[in-house]
Amino acid sequence: MTVRVDFSALAKARWHEYAVRFLFGGAITVITGLLAKEYGPIFGGLFLAFPAIFPASATLVERHEREKKERAGIANTIRGRQAAAVDARGAAMGSLALMVFAFAVFKLEPIWNSGLTLFLAFAAWLAASILLWICRPHLRFKPR
Amino acid sequence: VQFVFRFVVGGLIVSVFAALGDVLKPKSFAGLFGAAPSVALATLGLTIVANGKLYAAQEAHSMIVGAAALFFYCRVTIWLIMNHNSRAASAAMLAIPVWLACAIGAWLLILR
Repeated sequence: MTVRVDFSALAKARWHEYAVRFLFGGAITVITGLLAKEYGPIFGGLFLAFPAIFPASATLVERHEREKKERAGIANTIRGRQAAAVDARGAAMGSLALMVFAFAVFKLEPIWNSGLTLFLAFAAWLAASILLWICRPHLRFKPR
Repeated sequence: VQFVFRFVVGGLIVSVFAALGDVLKPKSFAGLFGAAPSVALATLGLTIVANGKLYAAQEAHSMIVGAAALFFYCRVTIWLIMNHNSRAASAAMLAIPVWLACAIGAWLLILR
């Protein structure tokens, strides 16, 4: 299965969906900062992996798939939910890769240049995500 | 002012990663970006400037636990969608207490 880019998907989203993502992302970033300030970096750091993107994305994926089927004259389909479950499966793989990102920052940040550390940690997240995605037929966390 | 800046940077980075997830196909690959380090990139960059490298490393240490909690959150969301016919939005919201329980539970047991 090849990965491709479809920019027409951007036009399908409604403006308020972009606004919700912006507000949610901004709010979580501020809350993480406040929690770290109040309870220390160990507690605040937990929230760096809060599900900030997934809820809005899964909702969007489900709606787009449902509307596509409705336009084709197929009502009451479970296709939208299945698409959201596949999206969640991808996020589950991404969350394992997120542990690699966090570990890389934890180990490298005290001894390396900060910009380089964040760049390398992000590259490690991307590499681990892609590796997990390629190996997914052999992994057992499929939606049932 | 610092919090307004955090809000704008966090909102922008999360929006960019979410848009990446929208344009990429197939959906299983796009889903990876639902767990992209968006909040982490926004927060850690600002934290390093404001509080220093060791403070940021401590945050990253506990983020490992937060990411493990995110994995369980995704599994529960899949289970709710496929086994309980939940809509994606309700499943994603209903599973948030699972993330909170895993993350805070691990903080109480391991990190504190």
